[in-house]
Amino acid sequence: METMVELDGLSKHFGPFVAVDGINLKVSKGEVLGFLGPNGAGKSTTMRMVAGFLTPTAGTAKVCGHDVASDPVQVKSLLGYMAEGSPSYEDMTVRAFLTFIAEVRGLSGQAAQARIEEVVTKIKLEDVIDRPIDVLSKGYKRRVGLAQAILHDPPVLILDEPTDGLDPNQKHHVRTLIEDMAAEKAIIVSTHILEEVEAVCTRAVIIGNGKLLADGTSEELLRNLPEHNAVHVVVAPEVASDAATKLQGATNVSDATQVTRDDGTTEIQCAPTNGADILVAVGAVLRDNSIPYSQLYKNRGDLDAVFRQITAGGSTDA
Amino acid sequence: MRNLWIIAKRELYGYFTTPMAFVFIAIFVAMTGAFTFYIGRFFDRGQASLETFFSFHPWLYLLLVPAVAMRLWSEERKSGTIEQLLTLPITTTDAVLGKFMAAWLFCGIALLSTFPIWVTVSYLGDPDHGVIGLSYIGSFLMAGAFLSIGACMSALTRNQIIAFIAAAAVCFVFTMSGLDLVLNFFRAWAPLFLVDVIAASSFLVRFESVTRGVIEFRDVVFFLSMMAFWLFATTVAVDAKKAA
Repeated sequence: METMVELDGLSKHFGPFVAVDGINLKVSKGEVLGFLGPNGAGKSTTMRMVAGFLTPTAGTAKVCGHDVASDPVQVKSLLGYMAEGSPSYEDMTVRAFLTFIAEVRGLSGQAAQARIEEVVTKIKLEDVIDRPIDVLSKGYKRRVGLAQAILHDPPVLILDEPTDGLDPNQKHHVRTLIEDMAAEKAIIVSTHILEEVEAVCTRAVIIGNGKLLADGTSEELLRNLPEHNAVHVVVAPEVASDAATKLQGATNVSDATQVTRDDGTTEIQCAPTNGADILVAVGAVLRDNSIPYSQLYKNRGDLDAVFRQITAGGSTDA
Repeated sequence: MRNLWIIAKRELYGYFTTPMAFVFIAIFVAMTGAFTFYIGRFFDRGQASLETFFSFHPWLYLLLVPAVAMRLWSEERKSGTIEQLLTLPITTTDAVLGKFMAAWLFCGIALLSTFPIWVTVSYLGDPDHGVIGLSYIGSFLMAGAFLSIGACMSALTRNQIIAFIAAAAVCFVFTMSGLDLVLNFFRAWAPLFLVDVIAASSFLVRFESVTRGVIEFRDVVFFLSMMAFWLFATTVAVDAKKAA
């Protein structure tokens, strides 16, 4: 796979404060990388350095082989960047703003207008194209930010919290847009919303205190959780202790703990040995012993838990 | 060059979609008129010249040019659009020059809007049109110098009021620097050559000859190098302060 973005020891200090501390990262074409981390972890600072807005204190950031420090204009022309909160010139109409962006990006006249039409249709901005940006809703403003980022069809897209403040329908729409573009581009998306990572990202990194703490697919990240692949069985309280003892003996089950649920039933949580898949084994034990149960499910664990586990203590507002 | 014009166009769009441009031009024209006719006693002088008209320009600029310049960078930083602007494929210098160009052009438009006074004086008498033309050019150059100072102050703060006051203060020093009011302050402690430099960089002294229709080459160089210096300082300030 072709490497499109390459960060090597990228660091940023603001006086004595270390915002980003030696991040190494590669993003290839076809990847959608989720950038996770608590507020203040250094996500935006990292993105701003790649986008050429901030100058790194140390390390390099390369986009398609061009170093942002020595060749910023080239890097900026290869990038589509949507800053946090998608700030745009609010006194302009959507059309005027996008025309300005198109001109700076080297499109003009007919070609520019045709491309603007295309993007506006894709992002569903037709209804507001002649309205000033300052009267638009948050959702539309965010979409204007997205429109300016993809206007020149860049090979690399960096989106800082693209779905922040959108309603569920709008979020879904933005995610669909990202998925549609994913094959042709390298995309970096920062987000707080962990379900989003599972929905659109092929890979995720977790940043805390300016350091890269974890890097992998969401499946790989989930594997670190103790509760990953645990199997939960809900049974009546009178059969609970018998069932727990039997389940304890199932293949690859390291532990079976009983928890009384609010409705009076008992949940037996079977923890796997080394994250093994124990659903079949647990099912077999239940069937062989004719233990009646009302629910049986495998817990994948969620990214929220991974996030908390990895960044706990890292930041107070996580 | 293409980039400069694109940036400048956007900036001008910003001026003219709000009432700001029209308010500014109206006040500028009204004030030049008021100063020329009432304080300058245009009719009583009985001369077919615009010397009095131009002699008030430094004072008007002192108030009005910082008002044009104050939003140039402060607003970009305050609203966060500076991040949008500087992640486009342009250099900081493009952005600084483009925005300055727009503001200067805008001042030029305001200056041109005073043409009725030229028409008036031509109707009443037979003025030296060469002198008036040159004075307009000189006034335009001086506006650019004031503006470049304002742009730099605007790049240093995200607060437009502070940008305005700082720009007005620095412009005041440069306007008055040929006079004892300013020079005495420096004479007390600065070496003689510095006092001479300050005295020589007075806008008022430079502009005095311009109002008589004399633009010396060194005056042009003076105003242009003022702009070059302050715009360079603006570029440095924008780069240093953009993320703050």
